[in-house]
Amino acid sequence: MTTIPAEPDLQAAFDATIDRHDRIEPRDWMPDAYRKTLVRQIAQHAHSEIIGMQPEGNWIGRAPSLRRKAILLAKVQDEAGHGLYLYSACETLGVSRAELTELLLSGRQKYSSIFNYPTLSYADVGTIGWLVDGAAICNQVPLCRTSYGPYGRAMIRICKEESFHQRQGYELLMTMMRGTDEQRAMVQESVNRFWWPVLMMFGPPDAQSPNSAQSMAWGIKRNSNDELRQKFVDMTVPQAEALGVTLPDPGLRWNEERGHYDFGEPDWQEFAAVIRGDGPCNAQRLAHRRAAHEEGAWVREAATAFAAREAALRDSR
Amino acid sequence: MSADRREWPLYEVFVRGKRGLNHVHVGSLHAPDDTMALRHARDVYTRRNEGVSIWVVRADAITASSPDEKDPLFGPNGDKVYRHPTFYDIPDDVPHM
Repeated sequence: MTTIPAEPDLQAAFDATIDRHDRIEPRDWMPDAYRKTLVRQIAQHAHSEIIGMQPEGNWIGRAPSLRRKAILLAKVQDEAGHGLYLYSACETLGVSRAELTELLLSGRQKYSSIFNYPTLSYADVGTIGWLVDGAAICNQVPLCRTSYGPYGRAMIRICKEESFHQRQGYELLMTMMRGTDEQRAMVQESVNRFWWPVLMMFGPPDAQSPNSAQSMAWGIKRNSNDELRQKFVDMTVPQAEALGVTLPDPGLRWNEERGHYDFGEPDWQEFAAVIRGDGPCNAQRLAHRRAAHEEGAWVREAATAFAAREAALRDSR
Repeated sequence: MSADRREWPLYEVFVRGKRGLNHVHVGSLHAPDDTMALRHARDVYTRRNEGVSIWVVRADAITASSPDEKDPLFGPNGDKVYRHPTFYDIPDDVPHM
């Protein structure tokens, strides 16, 4: 006979698993708040991948060569794939795909603020690969060891593929930097526009990030926002030098004592505004996603009807 | 609720990385039927030659052990250390053991 263990025992077993740095799996007991936090974080991450197809998708039809077009198509297709890995991971927590889709389309769940900025020139495709995907890699590599098994496994797959994203972006920018003065200016202008929004991708400063401590205690997050932001800046400065662009921060300088670069504070009011829905492209991104979902309805309905007819035929034989 | 809001069934996806290896679980996806599940699995899980063969299985067709029964289910082999080669002391100078 199986008896149901009391909640304090379940909590103790959960805590012990976390303390061992072991993984929690879908059918394990977990505290409601842990489940809720994961659903919110993984869903937001999945939505970001899906919405993240738009800024770059904007340039597929205008890629300057077949080679660049093939690369960009592959990259945008990867973003769709990443969204699907993450939705699957999220669904293991007991939320359905239809609910998640609805939460995105109704604006009740968020996605990364960075995708609410426009892509105004082709150089932005390179800058997104280099800086946006570079920042995403910084955030995501530690998540491969996150305490929730399905999330960590999705992150491992994603990180393998992100490396291609970052390198294609950097190579694109290198190619433009070897071109004309006008092309070099396009790269610099693009980097100037994206630098601060990219630093915001790591989230608010630790002192203003109330949920971080709990997420770290649960092993969902492994590093604080400020730690990851610093790591990203330290990695990126030499890459900018190699590329021959400047980063638009007068406060950026090497600090011998700390062994890190000092850098300025992003405009957190702008960050709050973009999160609130007042960024340059928030309305456009959601409207586009809704239209794509609605215009794809007939495909989903046809596939469902076909499957039902085939099943009926099989049953009648 | 419109027709497309009905959830397609969940499939678990297994990929054989190369000849000579087992199929390994790589993730899951929704699809209206088996054929579409296989096609989606190709697109979602093998964009970079990750496999030479794919299995898709409806998640509701899988019977799994319960995590709560972990101890009773796996208990019987806990005290059978003699099933492991390291249980046996063999002198170091005996070759090929």
